[in-house]
Amino acid sequence: MTAPPTTMTVDDFLRGVWRENPVVVQMLGLCPTLAVTNTVANGLAMAAATAFVLLGSNLLVSLLKKLIPHEVRITSYVLIIATFVTLADMLLEAAVPAVHKQLGPFVALIVVNCMILGRAESFASRNGPGRSLLDAMGTATGFTLVLLLLSGVRELLGSGTLLGIDILGTRFEPWVIMVLPPGGFLTLGVVMLLIGWRAERRASPATAGGAR
Amino acid sequence: MSAVATPPPPTAPAAVPAWRLLATLGFAGALAGGLIVTVFRATLPRIEAHRAEVMEAAVREVLHQPARWDTLYLVDGALTSAPAPDVDRRRLERTFLGYTDQGALVGAAVTAGEPGFSDVITVMFGIEPATGRLLGMTILGHKETPGLGDKIEQPPFTPQFDGAEVPLRGVKAAPKPPHEVQTITGATISSRTVVTIVNHAAARWQPLVQAYLQGVGP
Repeated sequence: MTAPPTTMTVDDFLRGVWRENPVVVQMLGLCPTLAVTNTVANGLAMAAATAFVLLGSNLLVSLLKKLIPHEVRITSYVLIIATFVTLADMLLEAAVPAVHKQLGPFVALIVVNCMILGRAESFASRNGPGRSLLDAMGTATGFTLVLLLLSGVRELLGSGTLLGIDILGTRFEPWVIMVLPPGGFLTLGVVMLLIGWRAERRASPATAGGAR
Repeated sequence: MSAVATPPPPTAPAAVPAWRLLATLGFAGALAGGLIVTVFRATLPRIEAHRAEVMEAAVREVLHQPARWDTLYLVDGALTSAPAPDVDRRRLERTFLGYTDQGALVGAAVTAGEPGFSDVITVMFGIEPATGRLLGMTILGHKETPGLGDKIEQPPFTPQFDGAEVPLRGVKAAPKPPHEVQTITGATISSRTVVTIVNHAAARWQPLVQAYLQGVGP
C-alpha cells in the first residue's frame, strides 16, 4: 500500500463530486436520496443538512483520530455524527421551520447515512483535517448534485413545478407516481442506466486502443 | 508433549487498556451531551416563539380575524380560563374563544389530531358552539404524501370547511352543503381523516364550550 499524499489536492474535492460520487457510483446514502427528492426544496434542504454533518464529522474525526482508540472508533464516529445531526435538526427548526416540517423524520435519519460513516472511516480517520474537509466538500457537492437532479426531474414531472413555481402549466397532467416512492426508484434507475451506458461507451474505444 | 516448537505469536498491537476505552467514550459522550444541551437551550426560545406564532396565525385564520381571544384550559373535564397556578399550562389541552371588538362571541378554535395515512394529522378549526357551524379549518401539522396527501392543506379542500356544519361527511363528488365536503382524489384517506378529526373534536369540544359559556353567563 502506497502512502497517501499528505497535501491537499484538487482531486480530494473532485473525487467525491464525480468519479467516486457517493450516490451514483458508491450507491451510498440512498435512503434520503429516494425519500426526500420529491421536491427540489426538500432535496436542497436535505443536501444542506447532510453537508453540515459531513463537514463537521469529517473535520472532527480527522482532528481526533490519534486520540480515539481503534477498538471504539466506530462507536466514536457514530457519536460524533449523531451529535452533528441533532445540532442540524435543532438549527433547522430554529432557522427554517417550514423546511424542517417538510423533511420530517429524515433529518434524524442522516445518522444512518452510510455515506457519512463511510467518509469518516475510509478517509477522515487516515488523513489530516484539510484534506478531510476537502473530501467532505467534494462528497457533499456530489450528493447535492444528484439530489438536485433527481428532485428536479421528480418535481417537474410529478407536480409540473420547480421550486414551487409552475413550469408546465395547467394543461400538464402531473405524473403522480413521480412524487411517490416508486418515482424515486424509477428516476434513480434511469439516471444509473444513463451513467452506466455512458461509462461503457467511453470505456470501449479506450480498451480497444489500449489507452486511458 | 510435542517436540515441534510453535512459532511465536505475531506481535499484537499493544492492547489498549479498558479504562482508556471507557474514558474516551465517556469523554466523547459528555462532550456531545454538553454541545447538544447548549444548542438546545440556544435554539429553544426561537423554536417556541415560532410555534406560538404558528398557533396565533391559525387562530386568526379559523376565527376570521377576531379582535381578541381568550385561552381556555381543560382541567378535570371542564374548561377554565384560570387553571390552578401550580399546573403547567403547556401540558393542558386548550381551546381559544374569539370575540369581535363589540364583545360578541365569534366561535371557538379547537385543535385536534388523529393518525392519517402516514402519521398524525393535526388540524385547527373554528366552530360556533351553539350551531355547530364551522368557520374555517387549517392543518397545523402532517406528514402525508407530498403531491397527494398534502393537498389537505390547500384549496379547494380547505375552504369547504368555512360554513360547513358538523357532523360532516366526506364524499367523492358533488358535495351537498352544509354537511358534505368533497374528498381529494388520490388522497382519500388523508382527506377523510381530516373530516373524522373535525367530527370527533367537534363532538367533544362543542358541549365543553357550551357548558363553559352557560357557566360564565351571556
